[in-house]
Amino acid sequence: MAKRAAPEVNAGSMADIAFLLLIFFLVTTTIEVDSGINRKLPPMEESEEDVIIKQKNIFTVLLNGKDQLLVEDEIMELKDLRAAAIEFLDNGGDGSCDYCKGKRNPSSSDNPDKAIISLKNERETSYKTYIAVQNELVAAYNVLRDARAQSLYGKSFADMQANYKDVNWPGNKEKLKEKIDQIKVDYPQKLSEVQ
Amino acid sequence: MSKFKKKKSGDMPAVNTASLPDIVFMLLFFFMVATVMRQNTLKIENNLPFADQVEKLDKKDLVMYIYAGKPSQNYKQFGTEARIQLNDDFASVKDIASFIAQERASKREELIPFLTTALKVDSDANMGLIGDIKQELRKVNALKLNYTTKKGSVFGRD
Repeated sequence: MAKRAAPEVNAGSMADIAFLLLIFFLVTTTIEVDSGINRKLPPMEESEEDVIIKQKNIFTVLLNGKDQLLVEDEIMELKDLRAAAIEFLDNGGDGSCDYCKGKRNPSSSDNPDKAIISLKNERETSYKTYIAVQNELVAAYNVLRDARAQSLYGKSFADMQANYKDVNWPGNKEKLKEKIDQIKVDYPQKLSEVQ
Repeated sequence: MSKFKKKKSGDMPAVNTASLPDIVFMLLFFFMVATVMRQNTLKIENNLPFADQVEKLDKKDLVMYIYAGKPSQNYKQFGTEARIQLNDDFASVKDIASFIAQERASKREELIPFLTTALKVDSDANMGLIGDIKQELRKVNALKLNYTTKKGSVFGRD
């Protein structure tokens, strides 16, 4: 009995498969982009006039060297900070802010435009905790802006900003910019850091 | 009986290697596309903290990077305190001003107002160093700042 030779595998389509894979990965891989919390430092020149800010319009956040948090003279856990900041910013004590949903507590902030969050840290504070606190405070602003955008325009502030940056977005960018600016006026980010 | 019977042999046919170049090219292209180019060789530990309210740092050519952290294993002789790294070497707070000036000089003039400083700082560094860096940046009027972080929740990271 003669042995049968194994038939040769046709490898002609191998290149097609390879190119298919190549194109798939080409399309799906993204080069990692750095991301982070954007901040603006105050300019160096000292303003001559002293601005008088009422104590009730300042939300003081102190971070000590042991990474403990003191908010408005009370010790607080990091997880409660966001809610506390939202309550302070959205208080609307003087009634001039008709969109605020806060308690209108007269001993807390007058309106979001006047409300200032003041953050102070010590030299020994760890960077990790500082970033966590910054993150929570930015989150408080973002939550309020999102809610405002939902009620005014029916979509979240983050979506609006994403649309504004997206070059393929079909809508009217100028109008969108106006809307974004309107929300930024309604809830201005007033976060000051004490040196 | 049949005259045209193929000559049978016990040899296996050779494996066709014609598509090997394709595979090699595919790997080459994949790594070409997927690699992240690192501008600087880090001499410090750089374990970034986590945050979730992040914004993307696009326009890479308009970013100046300042690294800080404790010297890594190979550079133990520089101590265990967090240090600043600019470009490829350790630097002190005083060097930041000249670094910024140098970066600005290498960019087109109309782009200078859009330059952002990205702080890539190790999560265990302390704020004293960051405060010094920030003060130095204010002096040279480089006010746009980005604390580069990893994306994730800030809770439960200890």
